[in-house]
Amino acid sequence: MTSDARTLLQVSGLRKTYRTGKAEFVAVDDLSFSVRAGGALGIVGESGSGKTTTARMLIGLERPDAGRILVQGEPLAATVRGKAARLARAKAVQIVFQDPYLSLDARISIGATIDGVLRLHGLTDRADRAARTKELLAQVGLGEREATALPRKLSGGQRQRAAIARALAVEPAVLVLDEAVSALDVSVQAQVLNLLSDIRRDTGIGLVFVSHDLAVVRYVCDEALVLYRGRTMEHRPVADLLTHPGHPYTQLLLASVPRPGWDPDSISRRRRELDPLPAAGAPGGRG
Amino acid sequence: MALLEYEALSIALPGMARPVLDGIDLTVSAGEVVALVGESGSGKSVTARAALGLFPAGARLEGQVRVDGTDLVGAEATGLRTVRTAKASMIFQDPRAGINPVRRIGDFLTESLRVSHGWAKDRANARAVELLTAVGLPDPARHLNQYPHELSGGMLQRVMIAGALTAEPRLLLCDEPTTALDVSTQAEIMAILGRLQRERDLGLLLITHDIELAAAACDRIYVMYAGRIVETAPTAELFAAPRHPYTAGLLGSSPPLSAPDGPPARLTPIPGAPMGLLDSASGCSFTARCRFARPGVCDQSPPPLEQHGTALVACYRADDLTDAPATLAPTATVPNSTNREDS
Ligand SMILES: Nc1ncnc2c1ncn2[C@@H]1O[C@H](COP(=O)(O)OP(=O)(O)OP(=O)(O)O)[C@@H](O)[C@H]1O
Ligand SMILES: Nc1ncnc2c1ncn2[C@@H]1O[C@H](COP(=O)(O)OP(=O)(O)OP(=O)(O)O)[C@@H](O)[C@H]1O
Ligand SMILES: [Mg+2]
Ligand SMILES: [Mg+2]
Repeated sequence: MTSDARTLLQVSGLRKTYRTGKAEFVAVDDLSFSVRAGGALGIVGESGSGKTTTARMLIGLERPDAGRILVQGEPLAATVRGKAARLARAKAVQIVFQDPYLSLDARISIGATIDGVLRLHGLTDRADRAARTKELLAQVGLGEREATALPRKLSGGQRQRAAIARALAVEPAVLVLDEAVSALDVSVQAQVLNLLSDIRRDTGIGLVFVSHDLAVVRYVCDEALVLYRGRTMEHRPVADLLTHPGHPYTQLLLASVPRPGWDPDSISRRRRELDPLPAAGAPGGRG
Repeated sequence: MALLEYEALSIALPGMARPVLDGIDLTVSAGEVVALVGESGSGKSVTARAALGLFPAGARLEGQVRVDGTDLVGAEATGLRTVRTAKASMIFQDPRAGINPVRRIGDFLTESLRVSHGWAKDRANARAVELLTAVGLPDPARHLNQYPHELSGGMLQRVMIAGALTAEPRLLLCDEPTTALDVSTQAEIMAILGRLQRERDLGLLLITHDIELAAAACDRIYVMYAGRIVETAPTAELFAAPRHPYTAGLLGSSPPLSAPDGPPARLTPIPGAPMGLLDSASGCSFTARCRFARPGVCDQSPPPLEQHGTALVACYRADDLTDAPATLAPTATVPNSTNREDS
């Protein structure tokens, strides 16, 4: 694979093995993909398939045991020492988790959190920061009242949008969202999903969108990669994947989305056929 | 007599501007699967817990909630105990929150049999194995000796369902039982609940914020907004022709999976945020978010639930909106100037 100028993220041959005592467990194996400017890749798969492990490797929270990650052509450093390196990594990739509290400081208002991020990234003028904070919050549909509120004084959807604004404040090349809309009410989820498609269109940021819900992935992404037990089952344009799912596992994921005529009995039968010994007893996953 | 009957149940907390629940009427019969849907904070969990006689501390209660004829509002200790140990069981969203992490699965499952029913250990263990088999766990005898952290979320939720069945209840209250699970595990859990419900002729109340799941799994749906039921109808009707603008809004916010090809249209979120307990409205609680609201009509007094075809709907404009398309896209039907589409 060659990386042209517009490729923001290039991942090749990624592997992650977890060791617990003597037991080894390969959580992600031989994973490759790229995301170009304005592109959005969905990573889908059931619980325990390796989605979060992948996300954590992309932001350097987890160290791959093989493979490499290039952001705008530069390798994501294995270790970061010093402030400059830390800031450079933050500018490369930002993440938003399912739980927005993980990226917001509970003790200060969300406006102050964003102001702090801007200062850290070199915006020294106070008035400039205030203007930019306002702009970022407006972009995610939050106003003055929310800016001065502590995270716990906001609704779940407002908190999640604040976490997205915080990530955008860094102006990262790539934004990773790990189940970032899964816990939201549909009406709020719809607001956040609309926001994500606007951001993509307006900023040219690259999105990596992790979810187990294909209906949501279809809405946000143009490509999707299906992970199963850490391995890539298929990786294709979303529309294509949904109309002609190639792998039985993709077909199963698709059939699993509730809708009229949904048949959970046949879904669980098919799941057992695919996987006669389900991740039995495997801890850690949600499934 | 229905298995579960709410009759004008209201629950009010001191210092709040509106009741947590306001005149809830809801029934679930044996053999019936009924959904209660609504956004976060609408009062779904409070409703479910009331069926076990669990009310918020300090609450003022009115009306009734009966399980198999026993009213739980002001029930005596024995009445409460009978309902909780023999008639109704509850399954929660997060299985890890409901189980002691340092005790084995077997102890969790056999405790009530041994303590409340005085069963001997072997008999209780045999029953636990039977229940774990019924919920489709691969290796029941081994699971009895395992600790919660050794099981995945989906497996642990099956253990919780097994636990809910130990008392052989006739009513299952499921409060977001699959919300913490991935879609294929969700399907497995729903398959198990559906099978048990049919085999045992249980009444099942499924609480969920996922209206698509409710539609896929239930016979009838109640839609709750700010502590009131705003619409109830058989599933097919509700889905094909939602009559309350809030129901239509919930359906319109769900990303479509099966929409025609091409990039999906922009989603239509319900504007604004749900009403908290410190907000109140003199008329329909949804007025502030409703693009069909009419001043002088909708904001006067709460609309009663009235029959419209097979549905009961609490909306003054339900008749005008009946012919609107399913999504209630803004058409000639009066978006008026007092709507608040902000925040
Ligand atoms: N720190 C760890 N130590 C050991 N095993 C781990 C660790 N983190 C994850 N795993 C295992 O790696 C596998 C992949 O986990 P991961 O969290 O990436 O899955 P996921 O696809 O994000 O699942 P979910 O949908 O539940 O979030 C799981 O089997 C999990 O138990
Ligand atoms: N024990 C309690 N004491 C005081 N207020 C309570 C209590 N339980 C619930 N509430 C309040 O009552 C309202 C309804 O809560 P409930 O938990 O029933 O909502 P829900 O519809 O289940 O929401 P979610 O989808 O988030 O679970 C909320 O405003 C909540 O904060
Ligand atoms: Mg994960
Ligand atoms: Mg609840």
